[in-house]
Amino acid sequence: MNTEFKDHSELSDIFNKDEARVDWHDETLWFVRAKRDKAAHGIPEWESLREAASQIKNNVLSNLHDYLVEFEENARKNGVTVHWAADAAEHNQIVHNILKEQGVNRLIKSKSMLTEECHLNEYLKKNGVEVIDTDLGERIVQLAEEPPSHIVLPCIHKKKEEIGDLFHEHLGTPAGMADPVFLTAAARTHLRETFITRKAAITGVNFAVAETGEFVVCTNEGNADMGAHLADVHIACMGIEKIIPKRRNLSVFLRLLTRSATGQPITTYSSHFRKPRPGQQMHLVLVDNGRTTQLSRPDFRNSLKCIRCAACMNTCPVYRRSGGHSYHTAIAGPIGSILAPNLDMKEYADLPFASTLCGSCSNVCPVKINIHEQLYKWRQVIVKEGYAPAKKAMAMKVMEFTLSSPFIYKNAGKAGRWFMKHAPFTVNNKLNLWYDHREMPEVPKESFGEWYNKNVKND
Amino acid sequence: MTNSRAEILAKVLKNQPELQPLPADLVTVTHYDNPIENFKTILTNIGGSAVNVPDYQSIQDYIKTHFPNQRIVSTLAELSAISEQGWENQDPHSYENVDLAVIRAHFGVAENAALWITEDLMHQRAVPFICQQLAVVIQAKDIVETLHDAYVNIADSVYGFGTFIAGPSKTADIEQSLVLGAHGPKGMTVFILD
Repeated sequence: MNTEFKDHSELSDIFNKDEARVDWHDETLWFVRAKRDKAAHGIPEWESLREAASQIKNNVLSNLHDYLVEFEENARKNGVTVHWAADAAEHNQIVHNILKEQGVNRLIKSKSMLTEECHLNEYLKKNGVEVIDTDLGERIVQLAEEPPSHIVLPCIHKKKEEIGDLFHEHLGTPAGMADPVFLTAAARTHLRETFITRKAAITGVNFAVAETGEFVVCTNEGNADMGAHLADVHIACMGIEKIIPKRRNLSVFLRLLTRSATGQPITTYSSHFRKPRPGQQMHLVLVDNGRTTQLSRPDFRNSLKCIRCAACMNTCPVYRRSGGHSYHTAIAGPIGSILAPNLDMKEYADLPFASTLCGSCSNVCPVKINIHEQLYKWRQVIVKEGYAPAKKAMAMKVMEFTLSSPFIYKNAGKAGRWFMKHAPFTVNNKLNLWYDHREMPEVPKESFGEWYNKNVKND
Repeated sequence: MTNSRAEILAKVLKNQPELQPLPADLVTVTHYDNPIENFKTILTNIGGSAVNVPDYQSIQDYIKTHFPNQRIVSTLAELSAISEQGWENQDPHSYENVDLAVIRAHFGVAENAALWITEDLMHQRAVPFICQQLAVVIQAKDIVETLHDAYVNIADSVYGFGTFIAGPSKTADIEQSLVLGAHGPKGMTVFILD
């Protein structure tokens, strides 16, 4: 994304330059979170649904090998060609090879965070294949040459006026036109024409059922279906953790997914693809890309239970005020911050620190991932492995040195209080990272130790 | 590629934790006083409309009044008087200018107004997505309460493609403003036969 690496806090600074926009972003996502609450509270048995979803996913992770084999066998029987990709590069090659065999160099794609994770669009573009994203939000960020900033609401960071400008430039809508109804209609005309003329369609996968070999794709717009049912070749891409054991388990996940995501009772379309239609080719790519490594980490493996609803992002006080792009990874927010360090601990060392550890993410997670605890655990792993940002590592060392000796601790406290009182500029300046965005507290006259010695010991 | 398959499966087997049991299937625990009314309320909330009808003649009359002079296709023999004949086996792209498609659903779900439709009820998979307006006919007795009931109904039925459809195609990608008719149908009418 950037030639010069910037971490979460530096990228947040850029987003935070426009305070009015931050407030707007914050309020918009909180509005979505409030809709989630209303939907969840409408189901008295909500907590038992979450518990069931969590247990089903625990079962999946503990029996993933057999479920994958069962799924593959059933999918093959259904006439689906199954491919396995160890990493992003292999995934991209597999997709490209299918397209080459078909002589296809233009395709449409509905939302798939996996292909974002694998940077499929960039890869195909480099190889002369044109990709058009058909989810409206994804199409908007694609026209803006940006990655999505949110996994469910890809252009949540964009104002309608900016979208109007993009459409004016690329789709020929009138200058200054920013009405969402008008702009959506313009996109409908543009994208329906694309659906009609493309021979290959890529979709993501929300759930893949081992028992039947079918996979389920959920959209509100109907773009996955429009693409898949009109194309000669349908390629579905999924991470290996998307497997569920039985068709009947879908009732639990479909009840939870959209209520958690946007507060809707269900997506408009929950499509179950089992067999290609006559004359159509259906391919399914199963992708590892670090998932088996995450599975090996007892503290972090249950991040693989995620169903990508984004409830943790909408509720996160840091995400709402720093924007999705500040996470510099395909999946932003709290869940992204526990998935990304698994892929590259050094590059994403900053992300587990981009949290207040308030725990709201864990409370709204429909599959009960202990997100905030994992963020805390990643911090420990990252510091131990030596990937902590230099300033933070130094501060930790000083802290360790100070706290390990009662004598130094006592005198450091005294000195600190003296400086804050008599020379506040030594603390209230830019070099003090703690002071950045915070007011320093009023200085107490004495430490608790001094107070205790004076008042309690004398009694 | 075969190597990747073996490698991935070996890693999964090595790294997966001790077996955890699959929990028992959930059943509907909160019941609706009137599932049909709940279905209709939710459908209206998500941008669709529900119409109670006594018979197929009433459906025809409704369509004639509300969709005059339009290209109408239907998979229901009962509606042949008002729909195009011989449309079924054409290239799916040719349905792009279908104004109204009328199909049947197996059943509806009260908790979310979703309708379960498999491809045998569509003739062609593209039909319910590419049409400008969609209408679905169900029997009032075929409205179940929750998705748990729905999957009991679906059970191990065999289909190449099946989908839950709940309301018209929609998006709120531009500043969270809800707009109906993103790519698929701009409207959805559900005829409930008493």
